[in-house]
Amino acid sequence: MAFFLETLFGGLMSGMLYALIGLGFVLIFKASGVFNFAQGAMVLVAALAMARFSEWIPRWFGFENMLLANVLAFIVAAAMMFLLAVVIERLVLRHLVNQDLATLLMATLGISYFLDGAGQIAFGSSVYSINVGMPKEPLFILESIFEGGLLISLEDLTAAVIAALLVAALAVFFQFTATGRALRAVADDHQAAQSIGIPLNRIWVIVWCVAGLVALVAGVIWGSKFGVQFTLSTAALRALPVVILGGLTSVPGAIIGGLIIGVGEKLSEVYLGPFVGGGIEIWFAYVLALVFLLFRPQGLFGEKIIDRV
Amino acid sequence: MTQSTSRNDRIGEVILDLQHISLAFGGVKALTDISFDVREHEIRAIIGPNGAGKSSMLNVINGVYTPQQGEIRLHGEQFRRMTPRRAAEMGVARTFQNLALFKGMSVLDNIMAGRNLRMTSSLFAQAIRLGPAAREEMQHRQFVENIIDFLEIQAFRKTPVGRLPYGLQKRVDLGRALAMEPRILLLDEPMAGMNIEEKQDMSRFILDVNDEFGTTIVLIEHDMGVVMDISDRVVVLDYGKKIGDGEPEAVRANEDVVRAYLGVAH
Amino acid sequence: MFYRENGQFKTSYAADQQIFPILQDRVAILILLAIAFIGVPMLASDYLLRAILIPFLILSLAAVGLNILVGYCGQISLGTGAFMAVGAYAAWNFGTRFPGMPLLAQILLGGVCATVVGVAFGIPSLRIRGLYLAVATLAAQFFIDWAFLRIPFFTNYSSSGNVSVPALFAFGLPVQSAMQKYLFVLLFVVVFSLMAKNLVRGALGRQWMAIRDMDVAAAVIGIRPMYAKLTAFAVSSFIVGVAGALWGFIHLGSWEPLAFDLSRSFQLLFMVIIGGLGSIVGSFYGAAFIVLVPVALSGIPRWLGLPLPVDLIVHIEHMVFGALIVFFLIAEPHGLARLWSIGREKLRIWPFPH
Repeated sequence: MAFFLETLFGGLMSGMLYALIGLGFVLIFKASGVFNFAQGAMVLVAALAMARFSEWIPRWFGFENMLLANVLAFIVAAAMMFLLAVVIERLVLRHLVNQDLATLLMATLGISYFLDGAGQIAFGSSVYSINVGMPKEPLFILESIFEGGLLISLEDLTAAVIAALLVAALAVFFQFTATGRALRAVADDHQAAQSIGIPLNRIWVIVWCVAGLVALVAGVIWGSKFGVQFTLSTAALRALPVVILGGLTSVPGAIIGGLIIGVGEKLSEVYLGPFVGGGIEIWFAYVLALVFLLFRPQGLFGEKIIDRV
Repeated sequence: MTQSTSRNDRIGEVILDLQHISLAFGGVKALTDISFDVREHEIRAIIGPNGAGKSSMLNVINGVYTPQQGEIRLHGEQFRRMTPRRAAEMGVARTFQNLALFKGMSVLDNIMAGRNLRMTSSLFAQAIRLGPAAREEMQHRQFVENIIDFLEIQAFRKTPVGRLPYGLQKRVDLGRALAMEPRILLLDEPMAGMNIEEKQDMSRFILDVNDEFGTTIVLIEHDMGVVMDISDRVVVLDYGKKIGDGEPEAVRANEDVVRAYLGVAH
Repeated sequence: MFYRENGQFKTSYAADQQIFPILQDRVAILILLAIAFIGVPMLASDYLLRAILIPFLILSLAAVGLNILVGYCGQISLGTGAFMAVGAYAAWNFGTRFPGMPLLAQILLGGVCATVVGVAFGIPSLRIRGLYLAVATLAAQFFIDWAFLRIPFFTNYSSSGNVSVPALFAFGLPVQSAMQKYLFVLLFVVVFSLMAKNLVRGALGRQWMAIRDMDVAAAVIGIRPMYAKLTAFAVSSFIVGVAGALWGFIHLGSWEPLAFDLSRSFQLLFMVIIGGLGSIVGSFYGAAFIVLVPVALSGIPRWLGLPLPVDLIVHIEHMVFGALIVFFLIAEPHGLARLWSIGREKLRIWPFPH
């Protein structure tokens, strides 16, 4: 029983990590209808930037304070992601405005490959570490009920809290600020939004900037836990089923979807895995997403997809 | 201009009978208890203000929409549900208000696509192409070339339709419907967006199709001049209800129709 | 002025519908085939055959298969690598479990198995499209990756998931030297490409393109979307499966599931996009491009005396491919094939500018 609960908590935590990446997908899709295949590459580039800058900045400016180095590195990395957003909008998105979604999808795939290569050339391709002071010791809880207590990773718990705060901040942003309102208008109908004077291009830059910031947070957390290496960009592919389940247009859906996938993966690996040779994690999330697609393509909380005749 | 008596002689029995059709989308009632019939070889116009449900009516006839109530009697068979494929197999073809051409294909390929139901070569035969499949392709190509001649678009046969001007695209849409050798042709605003010359050409094509092939035509049209000139009988819809049904002169004199078009408050 | 059609009047529809209606094109193709079948085996080095021409041909075949699905029928697929794997492993299983089976039968049966799997994973396309269909094909990719890695039956209980083929014979002739392998593959590619071209210019091809362009209108003229989409998946998977079997048997000799992973799927998709969606010959251009870029990236610096480290080359490759994908999608969605036909148009009126 204790083991089951530990697995459950572990799944919930890893689900939150997926959700962090999934948020980036949802943001961009919600505002522009574009599915950003490059989100994973963005997480990788952001994490690489954070890792290397936190190394280089102390060296360049000759100081040793880790906290200052991390803060400066974060700011520089965020600025870089914003710049990236502007460049992507100007060079790519602007020219593909009227194309169908399949074309846009493939374009983001191209961006993903480009960023993958460019990021590793710029920042290097070894494994790097990010040290932002995430707690590494395990936490034992419920020692009175279970012998020895349940093992919870404090790092994962912190990550989950950060993710929840981020979601809350984003929800407030969308509901209560003028820019958030504009984003929701653009997501609903590009042309109508344009015709009431909402500057489409600037909105898209803003959205990609926010998605870049989310990618940076996700990159810092994943990088802190697993180390920063090129496999991070493919980890993002694991987050895709999360947003399918939760609904591509729903921010809370990304969290719920993440939790379901995280728990599902862990439980199925532990309890079903031994019967079929193990390694189920690879496809469990995707097959679950596939089942959802056949019966409820909009996911749990997404908007129904309407096809006009 | 009165209908020529030879046209009246050719009009035959009822081949399409719509009985108490009601169609709603969520809370919006597109059609309410519509009944009318169409006789073989006639040209039947459906008119009415915008939003009256005319396109929805055509969509019901060829099975794109399924009405909540009512039935369709086509060629003597009664149908509760119609599908686009069954309609096509039973000889119903249509054009679309917003042009539903295959933009990535040439004019020739678009019209050849209309021959699809009559092409029977198997996949393997087509892959090898020599022999029966090639002969079938040539045979249908011959038929389609006749349609291209008829519509006077020979010069554009290899052009991708996306590159053609609107008026020519409308002709290709008509050509594709004709390629199906339909017994009933549903035309959804075939003259929308055309200038006078183009309208005269299109009217001529429609009359020729009706004359030469005997095709029954059901057409939605806004240009009253065209409707009065070429149609044998007219149905008038307004807010999803039928408010007039009969010969063009009679319908024009109908008070309800006049009120609907001049927009007196209901 | 040598690329004129003056005097070439078509007097029958059959003449008009040839694959290469212009005389100069027919001549060019015959010359190309002569070079391919006669010239290359005589003159090409082993390295050229093994490292460039054979992979190019096999990947071109796979790209033709993928182009049918993505370019002609408009169904996105990110699982092509997996279907190649099915073809390869199925063919290997037939060869290992039925020792007397001829090589040709093994390869074709591998294609048939890929067809069955392809159609099964194509069924979702009847209800979903675009991104969602891409997710379904990703599910296929990951599931099949895992199946060949973890289900011992498929690899005849080998411990590492690695399988290999013995020395190959077809119709009693050996298929072992580089030249023999090249000719074997060339025959497959020419025959299958011709059949694919016949399909796409016939009634079925028109059905596929109609579904791609506007499936509601297609239904109205009597096309059944289910039949069109599933035949597209079937034909595409068959060709891809055969290509997979060739890749494993002829090019690799021995392989593990990694040879057919997600990056292979992306590679094939890039070939189709760069070469030209909806163009059989474009698949060849795309494959040539993707095969040659790494060769150029490692060869040119070495020739200039500045050899680059391998991982740097891979990163540059990724940047080049990514940038080109975006470039082609923006500037010329019909890829190299369209650029080539624009070039030919200009050639037709050369030396006049227009």
